Amino acid sequence: MLAPALAYILLLVALPFVAAVLLSLTNSSAGSLDVSFVGFRNFRAVVGNPVFKRALWNTFVFTFVSQVLVIAFGNILARALMRRFRGKTIARFLILMPWAAPISLATLGWLWIFDSTFSVINWVLKVVGYFGPGQWYYWLGDPTLGMVAIVTVHVWRMLPFSTVILIAGLSSIPAEVHEAADIDGAGTLSKAFYVTVPMMLPILSVALLFGVVFTFTDMSVVYLLTRGGPFNSTHVLASLAFQDGVLGGDVGRGAAIAIFLLPVLVVMAILTLRVSRRAEVA
Amino acid sequence: MRSAPTRRLGGLILHRAVILLFTAFAVFPFYWMAITAFKQNADLYVGATNTQHNPFIFNQPPTLDHLRILFGQTLYPTWLVNTLVIGAVVVAITLVLTVPAGYALARLTGRWGERLSIGIFLTYLVPPTLLFIPFSRLMSVLGLQNSRWALIVIYPTFTVPFCTWLLMGFFKSLPREIEESAMVDGCSRVGAIWRMALPLAAPGILTVVIFAMTLVIQEFVYSLTFISSVRLMTISVGVPVALVRGDVYYWGSLMAACLITSVPIAVLYNVFLDRFIAGFTVGAVK
Repeated sequence: MLAPALAYILLLVALPFVAAVLLSLTNSSAGSLDVSFVGFRNFRAVVGNPVFKRALWNTFVFTFVSQVLVIAFGNILARALMRRFRGKTIARFLILMPWAAPISLATLGWLWIFDSTFSVINWVLKVVGYFGPGQWYYWLGDPTLGMVAIVTVHVWRMLPFSTVILIAGLSSIPAEVHEAADIDGAGTLSKAFYVTVPMMLPILSVALLFGVVFTFTDMSVVYLLTRGGPFNSTHVLASLAFQDGVLGGDVGRGAAIAIFLLPVLVVMAILTLRVSRRAEVA
Repeated sequence: MRSAPTRRLGGLILHRAVILLFTAFAVFPFYWMAITAFKQNADLYVGATNTQHNPFIFNQPPTLDHLRILFGQTLYPTWLVNTLVIGAVVVAITLVLTVPAGYALARLTGRWGERLSIGIFLTYLVPPTLLFIPFSRLMSVLGLQNSRWALIVIYPTFTVPFCTWLLMGFFKSLPREIEESAMVDGCSRVGAIWRMALPLAAPGILTVVIFAMTLVIQEFVYSLTFISSVRLMTISVGVPVALVRGDVYYWGSLMAACLITSVPIAVLYNVFLDRFIAGFTVGAVK
């Protein structure tokens, strides 16, 4: 009964995955069907390119900064949502919305918020007197502000996901454990370090795992907000692979860029295996 | 030393402030979509340099014009139909593949069952942005560029691993004695699954239908890569790519489209939240 699902996965995930690696070693292009093996030429060309170096750097910066913020905020928010309060159901619904909304449409909402002429953020900054005369932020037309905008959207989108995962982790710690720690005379800090954090570790790594994978491999946010601009300064690996490999038609080169996603994905896969093994033991 | 009631009040205020702040952050873009969707153009396109014009409120009476344009003069209804049709076919394929697989993995004991289920879990981690390049070759070989069939063939690559995993968890929670007793009473193995296990797993199957559908509605990368005709697009690509004419953005209609598409999915996610979390955390939370 497993056969159909396994056959599908082998045919349309495993095989294309291998094909992605092989294509990166060829001169394949969208226009023609003949393909020849070119060794590491694509990789050499890609690695020497400053746009690629910037994209590689950006991919790590976006992932790292947004995940640090997401895990920090997610912990605060999850703890706040664990308590009983009036309006909890509606608060939970509203906080979850960014994760449920289709990413391209949500990013479009942000595109309008960051608009160069009509940005509501600029209006607020001007009204509160933050802007000097003639000062203005072109959110998506400036490399630094563009990166801030992209990280903001990633944090906004991943925060609900991590929060609900962390809530699941927090509520899985039995009350007896806390009681036992209280009886043994543990203070708030030592309880956090010796009880909550170790018991939360598997679930924390699940939240981090998916957060990293989704942010690291995403191209929708960059593609829709900045198109990688201005001057290719905000590209990430995925959006650059799309630009060169799909729009530009240089399949081999696009594949070579996308391959650079692999090392991080492999690390994440190993982490998953360790987590699942530890959960088995527990 | 502050007194206990003061400290408790402080904690209460801090708690409400945290909730309020994060809720505002989460919901602001949706509030912004909503107010934009109903504002008149004259109220909408006032430069942010004008500090006298408060953009947070309706300065002129709200209007339904943008909605009328969206449903009457754009291809939004067509994209909606495309998305739902592709979604329905993908859901059907997903069910056919994942219900037997989820059941088999739940009942398969020993090392092989475990290895297979972890293997399927790992396919979660293979991202569309790595696969779109080989798929673009595959689709040109199959002659499926710019066809909805391309998406129907590809979308199960992300619905199948997720839904197999979800269903496996579901079937594991059903005791195998249920099928065994049916087989003692004279049912065949397939009959036992069909008459006993499947009806009991109905909530799990419903969850799979909902999530496969929402994953299809949310998908952007493959749809952007493989569909170039405006008439064949799905919502997630049609709205950002084709509702924008050159440099002119119809922000009112755009934001209406974003809001109308997002809210139903948010409601569904909320209803199925607990089962959805279970799909991600099987193994890490008991």
